[in-house]
Amino acid sequence: MNLTELMPFSVLIPLIAAPLVALLPGRVAPWLVASASAISALAIAVATWIGVSQAGVLRYAFGNWPPPIGIEYRVDAANAFVALLITAMAAIMLIWGRATVNREVPERQGAFYALFLLAVSGLLGITLTGDIFNVFVFLEISSLATYALIAHGGDRRALLAAFRYLIMGTVGATFLLIGIGFLYIMTGTLNMVDLAERLPAIGESRALQVGLAFIVVGLALKLALFPLHLWLPNAYTYAPSLVSAFIAATATKVALYVMLRFIFTVFAPEYSFSALPLAMAFTVLAIGAMFAGSWLALLQDNLKRLLAYSSVAQVGYMVLGVSFGTVLGLSASFLHLFNHGLMKGALFVAAGIIFHQTGSVRLDSLRGLGRVMPWTLTGLALAGLSLIGIPPTAGFISKWYLISAAIDAQQTWLVVLILLSSLMALAYIARLVELAWMQPRPADAPQVSEAPIGLLAPLWLLVLANFYFGIDTRLTVGGATAAAEALLGMGG
Amino acid sequence: MSDWLHPALILALGALPLAILPQRARQIWQLALPIVVLSIVMGLENGTQVTIELAGLELTPLRADGLSLVFAYIFALILLIGNIFALQVDDSAQHVAATLYAASGLGAVLAGDLITLYVCWEVMMIASVWLIWRRRRQAAYDAGFRYLIVHALGGMLLLAGIIAHWQQTGSLAFDAFTTTGPAFYLILVAFLINAAAPPLHAWMPDAYPEASVTGTVFLSAFTTKTAVYVLARGYPGTEILIWIGVFMTLYGVTYAFLVNDIRRLLAYHIMSQVGYMVAGVGIGTALAISGTAAHAFTHILYKALLLMGAGAVLHMTGRSRLTDLGGLYRSMPVTFLLYMVGGLSISAFPLFSGFVSKTMIIEAAAVDGRGVVFLLMMLAGVGTFMSTTLKLPYYTFLGQDAGLRPTEAPLNMRLAMGIAALLCFLIGIMPGWLYAILPYPVDYNAYTASHLLKEAQLLLFTGLAFFLLVNMLGGKNKISLDLDWFYRVPGRHAVIALRDGISGADHQFRQGFMSLLRRGENYVSHLRLTGWPLRSWPTGSMALWTAVVLALLLVAGLRG
Repeated sequence: MNLTELMPFSVLIPLIAAPLVALLPGRVAPWLVASASAISALAIAVATWIGVSQAGVLRYAFGNWPPPIGIEYRVDAANAFVALLITAMAAIMLIWGRATVNREVPERQGAFYALFLLAVSGLLGITLTGDIFNVFVFLEISSLATYALIAHGGDRRALLAAFRYLIMGTVGATFLLIGIGFLYIMTGTLNMVDLAERLPAIGESRALQVGLAFIVVGLALKLALFPLHLWLPNAYTYAPSLVSAFIAATATKVALYVMLRFIFTVFAPEYSFSALPLAMAFTVLAIGAMFAGSWLALLQDNLKRLLAYSSVAQVGYMVLGVSFGTVLGLSASFLHLFNHGLMKGALFVAAGIIFHQTGSVRLDSLRGLGRVMPWTLTGLALAGLSLIGIPPTAGFISKWYLISAAIDAQQTWLVVLILLSSLMALAYIARLVELAWMQPRPADAPQVSEAPIGLLAPLWLLVLANFYFGIDTRLTVGGATAAAEALLGMGG
Repeated sequence: MSDWLHPALILALGALPLAILPQRARQIWQLALPIVVLSIVMGLENGTQVTIELAGLELTPLRADGLSLVFAYIFALILLIGNIFALQVDDSAQHVAATLYAASGLGAVLAGDLITLYVCWEVMMIASVWLIWRRRRQAAYDAGFRYLIVHALGGMLLLAGIIAHWQQTGSLAFDAFTTTGPAFYLILVAFLINAAAPPLHAWMPDAYPEASVTGTVFLSAFTTKTAVYVLARGYPGTEILIWIGVFMTLYGVTYAFLVNDIRRLLAYHIMSQVGYMVAGVGIGTALAISGTAAHAFTHILYKALLLMGAGAVLHMTGRSRLTDLGGLYRSMPVTFLLYMVGGLSISAFPLFSGFVSKTMIIEAAAVDGRGVVFLLMMLAGVGTFMSTTLKLPYYTFLGQDAGLRPTEAPLNMRLAMGIAALLCFLIGIMPGWLYAILPYPVDYNAYTASHLLKEAQLLLFTGLAFFLLVNMLGGKNKISLDLDWFYRVPGRHAVIALRDGISGADHQFRQGFMSLLRRGENYVSHLRLTGWPLRSWPTGSMALWTAVVLALLLVAGLRG
């Protein structure tokens, strides 16, 4: 079996494993099968990524139906890069999450892991497919699975958070579907490459403009772009730890990737940026996100909510990179997409460990915890350094490229804003450090102990990855640049 | 192979075991590590340059030349002395932070490119703030937090400046900046923040007196002196630095008169002494740059000595206000005598280290034909002698007995002070040893008749004035009588008014800046309590926002 035929299996393995896992009894078997399928998906994603970096583009037509009619998987440097992030996060999180799931979802774990696998395969499907209707289908698969996963949270507010997310997610998906409908009516095809060939011929068209607007707004909802982020904080806060960590590291990134795919591949960037004032809209909303997100993060009294608002701010950085419309800006976006997955993954994993050990993620319960759980809190603080962008961490590389892109695009004034908002990140991370190490442990605080090595190892793997990718940037910068060039159609 | 023994890297890695070693082993490690690093630094050949290729950028993590080596020697040396002083402290976080801090300082002065410099710059900020926080008092947490914010701001300016410089010139090498434009000024301001140049100095007298007793010794050595080094490397001969430097010398001295906390007084003197160095960088001749390097070398030693003396007093008595102290001479004679060596050094007393370095900068100003600069620097020297060498020891060790009977400082503290004092003295009598390692070969002799006469006159008359004053004061209410006496002397009105004006403006500025930060903090905690940002949004408002964004996008798009 050659690589082209192997490639779709990174989506299919979790998809096929999901119903199997749902039927498995007990606690060990579902987890084992889920982890095994995530790891095999990772292996395939790695192989695909290596293959793409040599061959350029891999294409696979399902059921041997030739592309314009059948569904095609089309993998280039951009989606191979995103798929790598998704599968790596899924594998690490699943291995890490077993203890937290045992605590937070004591019953019917088979169903829980099955939903998790569905979410993974949905996200991978969105990433790898070359068919826009298929994007919608996989988006719904992953979204429905995610709503159900969030509802598994122990807190009763999790139900409400899931319901809100469901409403907003459905609005977003509907918008996307409306946009896809417009495109199909105008061109008669759903294949991305095909669309890219036929769209320029149509020229000026109101319908296309409206279609693009619906697609952009629908996906902006999914990626929680300010001010459409309102569903995100509660969803991240009340979901089970494993789910928060996984979706924080991947879900918004996939939505961003799809949006870029539409703007840059399906519609040409020259068209997208002239048909709609996207550059301005993205700049304004990104700045709003950076400041509103950081500001609200400063005010939170719950660790997971704080991190969730910080995600809103970080999405702002990624979208800001897109708004420049240059290769450098787009590379900065992709780079931050990957690096932010790493850092937020680590931070939410640390939050999950804290919840597992202490039963609370309120900031009050963090008081004096640094001495009791030094490994967890040190991991949290180091991942926080990456979030601020202190060298030598991955976050610094992101900041460096984003600032370079801003200067390159002659938008020097944005540099000031980027730096100011990272100063705000410093303030909320320093507050966590202060609480954990400077404050005494309250006398009536519950007795807690350091987490077992099984929980700490994945955290430190992610933390060290943050430092590794802050020093050796060949994979991340190379991958992001290749991804940006692939989207802009320069890499062939 | 030996190229890869980067001293900063070894020091940074060597910091890690400090966190887990038991006490005795930790103490041995604390002594062994600086000695190893010192010997590596001593072994660095002048002209060594290590270049590596990382992510398409050419980096030079190690560049040893005349200028960087002087700073590297003294940084390694002061780590050893500071570690001896801190041996008895049972707080591994402080030791790790101090060692990492020294490592980043060492890395910064050895950095040959801007990326390495920036990395060290930021690590320095993160490591040093722990030395403040580990005092474990609320005031220290707050001061540390403000310190962190100010330095983070400086770091960001530096980053923006570096990127702008890179885009402009395509080079990341760290040499003198010759371009003009935003990069030049962004980096200059970032450097000046770390050098505590007014009006960007407020962090230093705010944070240093709040740091832990042993932490202040390290703080005084690395941050500002790294800033002096980078200024000397990047901005030699920049005219504006002369005036900033001269202003700093006078500003620090003036304000040092007015404070009551002994470590805050010394912090202001750091600023004043760094002023000489900044001015030296601004003059930019070979003599001035060499003088700057020499002065940084001696300054680190005597300032550490002074702060160790003040720290020993604080450590043994728990007090640090001049008005609470007095008469400690009988209980802590060794500390007193060693402190005085530092005091005589900072005042440039002949036979002590300050004399052989400070006069170089002043001489450079004179040779360069800058009469006003020369005179103002001499004036600042008077103030330094007055407050550090006369006022502080008088009210702390001599003067009216406050009834304190502490025991002498622990042996390791006395030993550390002794080593520093010995070095101050040795450099004072054998300056050739110091002159040999300066960046430019200098043909300078401190011990000429005119230098000796000038300094001796200056110091003698200052001393005479002080003791006349003290004898006339007597009594109890020293401070107000002191002012009274000044008021009664005709012609002094103007001086007083000027001094008060300056200190008032400084005070206001500092208060204003700090209260702005505090107001921000209060506002945040107020919002946190009232809770509107914490509430969840109903789905209706989410849907509304969605519609608004779509509508705006469409309206703007279709109209265009």
